[in-house]
Amino acid sequence: MAYSDKVIDHYSNPRNVGTLDKSKQDVGTGLVGAPECGDVMRLQIEVDAETNIIKDAKFKTFGCGSAIASSSLATEWLKGKTIEEAMTIDNMDIVEELALPPVKIHCSVLAEDAIKAAINDYRVKNGMEPLVEKDRIH
Amino acid sequence: MVNLPIYLDNNATTRMDERVLDAMLPYFRDNFGNAASRNHPFGWKAEEAVDYAREQIAALIGASEKEIIFTSGATESNNLALKGVAEMYISKGNHIVTLVTEHKAILDTCKHLEKQGFKVTYLPVGVDGLVDLALVEEAITNETVLVSVMYANNEIGVIQPIKEIAALAHAKGALFHTDATQAVGKIPVDVIESGIDLLSFTAHKMYGPKGVGALYVRRKNPRVKVTSQMDGGGHERGMRSGTLNVPGIVGFGKACELCKQEMAEETKRLSALRDKLESSLLELEESYVNGNTAHRLPHVSNISFKYVEGEGLIMGVKDIAVSSGSACTSASLEPSYVLKGLGLSDDLAHSSLRFGLGRFTTEEEVDFAIKTVKKAVLQLREMSPLWEMFKEGIDLDTVQWAAH
Repeated sequence: MAYSDKVIDHYSNPRNVGTLDKSKQDVGTGLVGAPECGDVMRLQIEVDAETNIIKDAKFKTFGCGSAIASSSLATEWLKGKTIEEAMTIDNMDIVEELALPPVKIHCSVLAEDAIKAAINDYRVKNGMEPLVEKDRIH
Repeated sequence: MVNLPIYLDNNATTRMDERVLDAMLPYFRDNFGNAASRNHPFGWKAEEAVDYAREQIAALIGASEKEIIFTSGATESNNLALKGVAEMYISKGNHIVTLVTEHKAILDTCKHLEKQGFKVTYLPVGVDGLVDLALVEEAITNETVLVSVMYANNEIGVIQPIKEIAALAHAKGALFHTDATQAVGKIPVDVIESGIDLLSFTAHKMYGPKGVGALYVRRKNPRVKVTSQMDGGGHERGMRSGTLNVPGIVGFGKACELCKQEMAEETKRLSALRDKLESSLLELEESYVNGNTAHRLPHVSNISFKYVEGEGLIMGVKDIAVSSGSACTSASLEPSYVLKGLGLSDDLAHSSLRFGLGRFTTEEEVDFAIKTVKKAVLQLREMSPLWEMFKEGIDLDTVQWAAH
């Protein structure tokens, strides 16, 4: 299987690998996937409560090169966005950016799920309603 | 000094030995005759070369040259054995016994036969990959015409108790077939000693060309026959029609001769290299060998590295050619059914690498592989949330995963 240069780059030089303290009030954690499926992503965001801007994002992923690249890219895109802007990140944006083949599209879907899970974890922690995602057409 | 990329996937295919290629070339150039041309020297030369190759090939497995039927490869040999026996012996019965860990060439052929009304029993294997002889005995009935069990497994290298299974088959009047594709040329195989009636193998797993294989079909005690699956001219004693691949067959013969001569030395060298590779990699925490290690091919090692996914790992060792039991590396996104058959959890099946050493593998290459794999595993574990959770003492079996 031929990987795109971008996937190889994210794999060899992953951005923002690491762990934030999930007990902190301004940190949201999303853990999605399952070991049986071969894909588990943990995405964390640190939010500035006043501006609602995502100050920092970290990830760790158990999965193939495309899964690692998708979550690495997600953390890159999240930094500097507001929560509302982050909710608009669509998996197809990731597919396009990384040139993922059809058989790897599910990796981008998982990354989108991880973003939303992290955002909603933050929101619920801070007494807000979780944001409902718009209906997705695959 | 190693030439990258390094090839450690000899279970998939092997590099052709130069001596095999040299033996084949004249049959592409001046000696291009059809072995079935009875009337002129072009044909006679080709026939002579084929007959000589038959002897070289038969000698490797303890058979007579009259018992070698040439095919396009082991997949075709497996098809011919199963379908050919099922059709020929239908008046005796319609039941076949095999294992869940067989190659797809056997399993898919069995599925095809089931659609035609034959009954197939797929026996499970133990955690080490070996089948329980008591289960085999129980499964064989008076309706059973064939028991088919692979000699050595392509993913984990495990060697089944072939002689004992053949005896169980014969006790109830059934024939015994073995897909010996991974075993022939690597370990001693003797069809007489082991009581084998049919045996499939192919040239490209033993440093020969792709596109040519053989089915051994016993002629004495008992005389076995198979209904041909390829009709048109009655070649190969009516069992497989079609113009013979003369250069391929010549190469196959030479490859067998070389294996016979060099097997003992090669086995010693390769098992030492394999053991070095395996014991070094097992120094990594949470790494496990898959399959029985006592009854195993000398050059194969299948290892799971927990908390690291196989395709990601292969990307990290891109200078080494290996394969993985991970779903991501298969077209169907299903993890290896062989590893699942051992009872491995999905996540361990996803985390496996298969190493197949070969004639041209050097110690420098093995050392390079050890370094590269270790580095990649450690790097991926730094990136793995599962590894982090494991290190924190969390029991992953108790976690509620939000699978999509």
